[in-house]
Amino acid sequence: MDIFFQQIINGLVQGSVYALVALGYTMVYGILGLINFAHGEVVMIGAMIALAVLQALLAAAFSPVLAVLISLMMAMAVCMALGYSIERIAYRPLRNAPRLAPLITAIGVSIVLQNLAMMIWGREYHAFTLPFNSVSHQIGGAIVNDVQIGIVVVALIIMAGLLWLVHHSRMGRAMRAVAENPAAATLMGVDINRVISNTFMLGSALAAIAGFMVSVNYGIVHYYMGFMLGLKAFTAAVLGGIGNLRGAMLGGVLLGLIESLGAGYIGDLTGGFLGSHYQDVFAFFVLIAVLVFRPSGLLGEKLAERA
Amino acid sequence: MTNVSDALLTLDKVGKRFGGLTALTDVSLHIKRGEIYGLIGPNGAGKTTLFNVVTGLYQLDSGAFDFAGQRYTQSKPHLLAQAGIARTFQNIRLFSNMTALENVMVGRHLRTSTGIWGALTRNATARAEERHIVQRARELLDYVGITTAHQTLAKHLSYGEQRRLEIARALATEPKLLALDEPAAGMNATETVALKALLQKVRADGITVLLIEHDVKLIMGLCDRVAVLDYGKKIAEGVPEEVRRDPAVIAAYLGGEAT
Repeated sequence: MDIFFQQIINGLVQGSVYALVALGYTMVYGILGLINFAHGEVVMIGAMIALAVLQALLAAAFSPVLAVLISLMMAMAVCMALGYSIERIAYRPLRNAPRLAPLITAIGVSIVLQNLAMMIWGREYHAFTLPFNSVSHQIGGAIVNDVQIGIVVVALIIMAGLLWLVHHSRMGRAMRAVAENPAAATLMGVDINRVISNTFMLGSALAAIAGFMVSVNYGIVHYYMGFMLGLKAFTAAVLGGIGNLRGAMLGGVLLGLIESLGAGYIGDLTGGFLGSHYQDVFAFFVLIAVLVFRPSGLLGEKLAERA
Repeated sequence: MTNVSDALLTLDKVGKRFGGLTALTDVSLHIKRGEIYGLIGPNGAGKTTLFNVVTGLYQLDSGAFDFAGQRYTQSKPHLLAQAGIARTFQNIRLFSNMTALENVMVGRHLRTSTGIWGALTRNATARAEERHIVQRARELLDYVGITTAHQTLAKHLSYGEQRRLEIARALATEPKLLALDEPAAGMNATETVALKALLQKVRADGITVLLIEHDVKLIMGLCDRVAVLDYGKKIAEGVPEEVRRDPAVIAAYLGGEAT
């Protein structure tokens, strides 16, 4: 039972990160019908920026708490600018192009960002440790530390805030209006380009937070980290029903749990033949299963007209 | 020809082509402030195309139009909405998964300004504006006669209510010109009478109305002036009685069966 609880906790932590990233995929898809495959790279850039700023601030003898907050803010600001630029430069010129063109462009942007990061930060793994102690707690045989609690709590607050923003603010109403009917929205005076830019910036800010979280959780950043994380989060978005905000949240947490329980028990199930490093198999097994049996996802309604 | 200075919308030889098909040919007309102006013509005559041009959904190929003293050869829908043109659609285009109230609230987007910081910090200005948006949206729903279904999803409203909701949403943008594309389509007789009263009330409140409609009785009973389009050309214009007797109009509508 200990391993069960431990894997549940690990799954919730990882799932919170997936959920934040998946929200970025699903918001852009909801409004543009585009899978922004460069989104995982935005997460990686966020982590890299946070680390660089954090190290610089700590070297300049800033107080640890202040340094962490500023580095997170900077990562969010840079990612928002990056998300805005990606849309502006790579996607907007292709707004009316056949659907394949922006998709391939997205993959291109992803490769460009990866290589850019490799040139700036190198190929090696960088250690990412918080400048304060994370106390571990024993809960019913499982171990959970402050960082993990922080990740889940912050993710929950952000998700609740996002739902509120989308459903009860002027900007959120404009986003939903554009997602439902762009022509009618623009005739109501909604500037579609601005809504799309806002969506990319919002998604990228969440990506920066997720990048920060995943880095402090694993203690490592790497130029290639966004690739697999992006694919997993995309899977989570599809699992929940792409285009659906609550679906992305549910899909993220579920995928985290499935992966983590799968990794915990795969050794026992296969008599030691497959080890926990096969955990990625579960995410993509889920993706295939969803695409085969329920392509609209758990919370997805009937496939959107534009899908 | 009336004095042009009292015109709210003037079309000056507007032309629009789709590939080899000419949808509008040199259409000129002017709509005076405060009038109800009807646009009629057989199916495919270019009425909706004309709407799409003056609301910015289509870019015109030749000519220009003046709205409220400003000349346009090309523009964008949200800028024309800002300038004061609002419209409804022939095939209703509501935000179907949003409530009736929310639909109208989207219409207030243009005349409000809270950004993401206001929304996140929920400062006094943002809260006051949001309250005002809700209040105004409720008033507009009552105005068009949707009194109880404020929290119903738009897609669950009756057909007549959906048409009126579209009008409320358009009115929320505080238009100078309200352009309605076949508002009575699919309405029963009672609903049409209510619509007529509503449009008279709108005009009385100082909003100019441009109306595409097939219901001849409604057009004749409501419009101050009428223009007739056929194959993308304006073939007649004038007060309804005069237009109804115009031989070119009779021929366009009834084809070979005329005379």
